[in-house]
Amino acid sequence: MENKLKLEVITPYGELINEEVDEVYATGAEGDFGVFPGHCAFMTALRIGSLSYKKDGQIQYVFINRGYCEVLNDRVLVLVGSAERVEEIDVERAKAALARAEERLRRAQAGETDIDHARAQAALERATIRIQLATKLIPR
Amino acid sequence: MPTLRDIRKKIKAIQGTKKITSAMKMVAAAKLRKVQDSMLRYRPYATKMQQVLADLAGAVETRGDVPPILLRRPVKTVEVLVITSDKGLCGAFNTNILRAAHKEINRLKGEGLNIVLSVVGRKARDYFKRRDFQFKNVWTGISGKLQYTHAQMIAQEMINAYVSEAVDEVVVIFNEFKSVIAQRVVINRLLPIGRIEAVPTEQPTFIPFTYEPRAPELLAMLLPIYIEIQIYRALLESQAAEEAARMTAMDNATKNCDELIRKTTLLANKVRQASITKELMDIVGGVEALKQSE
Repeated sequence: MENKLKLEVITPYGELINEEVDEVYATGAEGDFGVFPGHCAFMTALRIGSLSYKKDGQIQYVFINRGYCEVLNDRVLVLVGSAERVEEIDVERAKAALARAEERLRRAQAGETDIDHARAQAALERATIRIQLATKLIPR
Repeated sequence: MPTLRDIRKKIKAIQGTKKITSAMKMVAAAKLRKVQDSMLRYRPYATKMQQVLADLAGAVETRGDVPPILLRRPVKTVEVLVITSDKGLCGAFNTNILRAAHKEINRLKGEGLNIVLSVVGRKARDYFKRRDFQFKNVWTGISGKLQYTHAQMIAQEMINAYVSEAVDEVVVIFNEFKSVIAQRVVINRLLPIGRIEAVPTEQPTFIPFTYEPRAPELLAMLLPIYIEIQIYRALLESQAAEEAARMTAMDNATKNCDELIRKTTLLANKVRQASITKELMDIVGGVEALKQSE
């Protein structure tokens, strides 16, 4: 296929990806979706999860935080609070975060009220996906 | 009259201080460059996101299905978020912001509104603690290691308070970085959002997007990001302004050291000359006395 997608991933810390790719997959608010060249104009919110794209037959994985995705004229624009390429994921840090989040959730369940349950839950989710991605537990 | 030794010691001390202040100036300059760099890298994200939200809000508004955080309601309680630094030695940076914040709080109280106070930075915490204010949230230790997650955290608190109707309006007060020598105190309303300012765009105004979920729900999901963007910008601006203020303050301090060294050196020379003159007079006096006794 000669048609290509232009994938742009932009975070508050700058542009992470700006590449010509063949396919893009991500987790939207209502489930996973894939984008091929010629996709219709599409807007969605992104969940904490993974974004992957295929370029020259190779699939690359990226961790993404909550954000927004728009597809328009073969251009995929992803705006997220933070994103990391799989190679950049700090597994040790993610494991520490996972332990912390689990601890907080346990304490919340034990009845401590000063714990932000939603935040701990989100932290847990982020850490889990980071670890899964880094240790290649998520196959496509 | 101080002795020559005391004065020399004092000069040495001032020279020591000067070294410190000029080093601090250079550190502040380096940090300022770092923050400015972050601001630059942040801009594409902020502008694009704002653009998206403005378009989306426009699309939703025409259908009259507006999420609550866009709407105003009668205001009884206002949350004030004051952003200061953790550390001092940055001139009038904190004084300006705290004075403006206090004035604004008094003004709002004068209008019969309840105030909920949240602060970023040790300086604001200390200032308002001394004046017996109650805090809703205190965030310290952010400056120097500011992350976007800080903004997300603060935004979440604000939105929760607004949605649960604990507060009816949220304003943020922070120092804006105008230039290295000028900071400006800014008071912005964060919530309710009101109208999202549109950025000039190259996109045609109407595109038949497929929204997932439907546009109003999508907007409701994305609007918190708008608050995050505003808060992150305020935090970045404040940091840049802080380092700029510190740079100027340390530059002035260094200049003052120079001035003090000059004055004290002058004094030292005077004292030295005075003592030489005195010794000379002693010698002349002695010679005269010897002459007379001969």
